[in-house]
Amino acid sequence: MASVTLKSVSKSYGTNAVIRGVDLDIKDGEFVVFVGPSGCGKSTLLRLVAGLIPVSSGVVAIDGEDVTDVPASKRGIAFVFQSYALYPHMSVARNIGFALETLGIGRDAIRTKVRDVAKMLKVDHLLDRRPRELSGGQRQRVAIGRALVRKPDVFLFDEPLSNLDSDLRMEMRVEIAKLHADIGTTMIYVTHDQAEAMTLADRIVVLNHGLIEQVGTPQELYHTPDSRFVAGFIGSPRMNFAPVSVEGAGETKHLSGPGGFAIDLAFSGQGAGAASIGVRPEAIAITGEGEGRLSGLLERIEDLGHEHFAYARLADDSVWVVRVAGRPPLELKGRMVGLAFRDADLFVFDGDGRRLDHHESHERASAAQFREARR
Amino acid sequence: MADVAIRSATTRRRSSASYRFWRRVRQGFLGLAVLVVLVYVLFPYYWAIVSSTKQGAELYQNAFVPALNFTYYRSLFENPVFLGSLVNSTFVAVSTTAISLILGLSAAYALGRIDFPQRRFVLMAILMISIFPQVVVLSGMFELINWLGLYNRPSALVVTYLLATVPFTTWILTTFIREFPRELEEAAIIDGCSHFRILMKILLPLMGPSLASTGILAFILSWNEFLFALTFILTDANRTVPVAIGLLGGSSRYEYPFGQIMAASVTVTLPLIILVLIFQRRIVSGLTAGAIKG
Repeated sequence: MASVTLKSVSKSYGTNAVIRGVDLDIKDGEFVVFVGPSGCGKSTLLRLVAGLIPVSSGVVAIDGEDVTDVPASKRGIAFVFQSYALYPHMSVARNIGFALETLGIGRDAIRTKVRDVAKMLKVDHLLDRRPRELSGGQRQRVAIGRALVRKPDVFLFDEPLSNLDSDLRMEMRVEIAKLHADIGTTMIYVTHDQAEAMTLADRIVVLNHGLIEQVGTPQELYHTPDSRFVAGFIGSPRMNFAPVSVEGAGETKHLSGPGGFAIDLAFSGQGAGAASIGVRPEAIAITGEGEGRLSGLLERIEDLGHEHFAYARLADDSVWVVRVAGRPPLELKGRMVGLAFRDADLFVFDGDGRRLDHHESHERASAAQFREARR
Repeated sequence: MADVAIRSATTRRRSSASYRFWRRVRQGFLGLAVLVVLVYVLFPYYWAIVSSTKQGAELYQNAFVPALNFTYYRSLFENPVFLGSLVNSTFVAVSTTAISLILGLSAAYALGRIDFPQRRFVLMAILMISIFPQVVVLSGMFELINWLGLYNRPSALVVTYLLATVPFTTWILTTFIREFPRELEEAAIIDGCSHFRILMKILLPLMGPSLASTGILAFILSWNEFLFALTFILTDANRTVPVAIGLLGGSSRYEYPFGQIMAASVTVTLPLIILVLIFQRRIVSGLTAGAIKG
């Protein structure tokens, strides 16, 4: 049980800065997920917390204690690797108990501890097997068992499910959530799969180019992303964007964009010039031509059974995705259609990609807060 | 009609029987090629075996079947000098292999895994050393051996062979350690292992195949070496096998003991063949299977 604090942590290799001044507070017992595109430094940040690589500058503290120069094995952390990293020449039992063996604990004590952990993870019938004789899911359980047996203060997961097929991934995701609910240990989890992030996390940390883009609960990130980057990263299918130009100098400005988009909105912080708008696929409804905010050519409809994705090409050749819950509008395929959405569901981003609050967006934000309060 | 014309022009498919025929022809050629290579590789050794069992004038008849006369072998094993050289060779080859594996492995771990600024320089230096031809270092080495007081002792050969074997064992093992899954080592670090414990408990058990293959190479190299062995050893009692065979004399100065030399060659090659046959399974088996995703 411990909190984790990062104070302006940086890591660079030569002149190549991988992590650029990260500040983060993780509360005791919290489940925090690092997400970001590949190469954003999320795995590096996790290894800095673990102590597997030394920080270039900054402070790492666990449970309020500065551990910046403490070796990995003395930080009270456990690490579950993407490749599982089981020792191939040892049995499952020795794999799980190896850390205790290194500590010099007696054989019998190790055996009972290993047995307890194995039973908890339902791998107690596999204790004499070698890793290569196990399935992917079983290897994953053994890897978690190896972490669990050390009774760590902080669990670190580095994309632990990315090697599993999608069914098993879903199953293990539920089990990891259950594990966290059962033992209540602080967990930091790295993934590029935003579904894992949304379902597992108490708070999500979105990283981009070695910087924290935004920290917040899954709902905060979904409903009130700070930037266009976060808005595009959280949500599947991703948010639709279109460039717009802003005119007017007063409180209320006029926005116009491709597909006949035009709206008057009141917001501050952005003068006339280039900006962009975004709308989530699930907030759009398909209407007849000439109706709605935008118009485009309905090119393709994907029928997934329980939901449907319609792809509309706008005048500027960008393609917007619409999530259709009910019956797929097959008869409209190949025709011009209108895309309708509430003004409250419209996101506006300034030229640098920062989100601008407009007078309608407060409605959405307060609805989100209401939903969260009920959780 | 047009349809047929297009099809025959683009696909030109022959009958199934003709494809079968050409496949057999290809297989036949492949078999022939394998046979040629095998004969080329194995015939010299076979000829040595045949010659070693022939007496006197029989040598000059082109008989391909061994005569199965083991007189030379018997006289060879009654020859104390030859037996002594076998013992010397075994001592030299085994100690050279063991020492170079120990040195090579520890050096390779440092060079492959631990970051230190001079690493590139050290690696290049090791590569440079293994490039020098033996003749270049011979005279300098002679001085060194004299200075160490090892002249005319088999241990002089161990010292000099290390010059050749340590660089290449280090080089090969470094490559292997670099390819070793990084996460496996990180897992061991998290589990509280020191560098030494990682080396002994994680790397060593998994490096069996590469240790076996580099070990065999080092063994063969030191078993077969001639130049240093000839230069640094004076008396018959301390010679190693290649030199002993080279200096094998006949009963009179006009006799060239061809049969005996052949018998000796066959005898000293046998240990190498047995070694390779024992270890080839270990070399082939992939021990790291199952460590990571698979």
